Amino acid sequence: MPYEKLTMAQALNQALRDAMRADDTVLMFGEDVGALGGVFRITDGLTAEFGEERCFDTPLAEAGIVGMAVGLAMNGMRPVVEMQFDAFGYPAFEQVVSHVAKMRNRTRGKVTLPMVIRMPYAGGIGGVEHHCDSSESYYAHTPGLTVVAPATVSDAYTLLRRAIEFPDPVIFMEPKKLYWAKEEVDLSVEEPGIGTAVVRREGGDATLIAYGPSVPIAMEAAEAAAAEGRQLQVVDVRSIVPFDDETVCAAVRSTGRAVVVAEASGFASVSSEIVARVTERCFHSLAAPIRRVTGFDIPYPPPKLERHQLPGVDRILDAVDTLQWEDS
Amino acid sequence: MTTVEERLLPSADPVQLVDEHGVRHDNPQYGMPAPEALVDGYAQLVVGRRINDQASALVRQGRLAVYPSSHGQEACQVAATMVLGEQDWLFPTYRDTVSIVSRGVDPIETLTLLRGDWHSGYDPYERKVAPQATPLATQLVHAVGVAHAARLKGEDTVVMALCGDGATSEGDFHEALNFAAVFKAPVVFFIQNNEYAISVPLARQTVAPSLAHKGIGYGMPGERADGNDLAGLLSVLGAAVGRARAGEGPQLVEAHTYRVQAHTNADDATRYRNDAEVAPWLERDPLKRLDAYLSAEGLLDDVRRGEAAAAADKIAAELRDGLMQEVSPDPAELFAHLYATPTPQLKEQAAFLQDELSREEA
Repeated sequence: MPYEKLTMAQALNQALRDAMRADDTVLMFGEDVGALGGVFRITDGLTAEFGEERCFDTPLAEAGIVGMAVGLAMNGMRPVVEMQFDAFGYPAFEQVVSHVAKMRNRTRGKVTLPMVIRMPYAGGIGGVEHHCDSSESYYAHTPGLTVVAPATVSDAYTLLRRAIEFPDPVIFMEPKKLYWAKEEVDLSVEEPGIGTAVVRREGGDATLIAYGPSVPIAMEAAEAAAAEGRQLQVVDVRSIVPFDDETVCAAVRSTGRAVVVAEASGFASVSSEIVARVTERCFHSLAAPIRRVTGFDIPYPPPKLERHQLPGVDRILDAVDTLQWEDS
Repeated sequence: MTTVEERLLPSADPVQLVDEHGVRHDNPQYGMPAPEALVDGYAQLVVGRRINDQASALVRQGRLAVYPSSHGQEACQVAATMVLGEQDWLFPTYRDTVSIVSRGVDPIETLTLLRGDWHSGYDPYERKVAPQATPLATQLVHAVGVAHAARLKGEDTVVMALCGDGATSEGDFHEALNFAAVFKAPVVFFIQNNEYAISVPLARQTVAPSLAHKGIGYGMPGERADGNDLAGLLSVLGAAVGRARAGEGPQLVEAHTYRVQAHTNADDATRYRNDAEVAPWLERDPLKRLDAYLSAEGLLDDVRRGEAAAAADKIAAELRDGLMQEVSPDPAELFAHLYATPTPQLKEQAAFLQDELSREEA
């Protein structure tokens, strides 16, 4: 039964289930993850299968959830916690930055924290205030954290399995807009490991670099460009930390032009980091400055205005058009 | 039948078994610890006092970057570990050096943080002592996690989680106590109320009748003890550890003590309090009163006093010798401990620094 048609939400649920079956020390906890199965149903049925000791609801306090996970990981467990929404993860920020990220370093490797913080993130779902933040840059900026953002159903399954097995803490950004995306997936596939980007679409004219919810948009843009005779390559970063310079730079060198697409505000962000790194490494291969299509530097808009914030096909194609084409 | 209030609220006055004159006061609920425990405790207080004073001296000599002393709070420091078994965990703060050493951790390794060699110098698993926390109250939630994991594994472990009065204002204090109570985790939260958070007095932290009263809000028993009375502390903390071990859940214990010295050597306490406030607390010294009590009971003589002093001399000499040695931390270590496998970016940066250093040497 290697191929199954699953939504990303089902694949994440299956990944948790398989991880909990494979290892008794894997625990899942957070807000509403028990009887309800999580507000997005990612933990559906886990308490029924594994019992209250393995999948449980906690008091409503994110610092407590993450801090308790630190202690559990210190004492032999592999906790997976859910921050119900991106912006609800902020109360746990001190725990994440001062302890989760630093424990291995401050104890010179004596205390390690194999734990996963699952974070449904980003917008495009008509969510009200505080439910649609793209908070990945805060975590990516913190040394000691590993940050991944899957864009496909198959990667969601495999990366979550890899994250739970990982010896260090992983911030697992789940693009909630893609929870209901369906795909045939092969759950027996072992790849990818954390730390690898992947070329999703080949194309020789320019490279679109995206991650998480922006990857399907980049794919759509590439499709539209092809109809107009321009072949766009699409790179899915998927592992923000560690960043796969090799794959991303090889892709950009092969086309000489690039646009970074990300939903988060652009200022001091993962997208600006990607532009800086690629420019430093590929300057002599570049025919034009790298452009970015990101969210504006504004708080995430209310549902009726959110379409103006999200990178779309037209903005991506417009950015591609500015890459100093000799034929234009 | 006891009411909820009787079960959860602290005693009307802090539990005190030996007063500042060394006079015994019997308590119907808390018995006097065994004489051997008190004699052992006395020796540990002498050592603890000596560590505090030696470390402060080493700051003045430039051998430690900073030292937050627990001078005058040694009874709390020592009692916190004396009530623990080998399988139990201690979660200390930056002011709990004496407690960590009393747990059996090497004193030089304990002072690594304050010496500035590395952020934590000892292996936390060796004596089951978590790294010293410098952020306030954040370690209390870790303590709950360690305790909960122990329960899941069926281990007979109690966690002693230390904090000060200032830390009780932090959100993590609240979350830790609430989580511990809800999960019935075997944790003893032990507040050393020394009246000051750097310069801010307790009255600016809370208007609760006492910090121990906060327990009832979590459905957790709260108790308070004279923080300079080792006998009372051993009895109260011992009972709390016993309850936690028996599966009765967490407890909050407040020790009322006083920070007789400044926050650290970098602080100037004369800016916010006067000597008249400090003077009576010097009379309530934990060492002085235990000496008086044990002497009156015929449990302490000059031979034992001499033995305790010799042990303290030895540890002070170790501290001096150890901290006088020049240690040059290896810059390569800056990159070595972030991940099980360093990222390609960290490898590049480590090579960059290495190159820079080799050019400096050339």
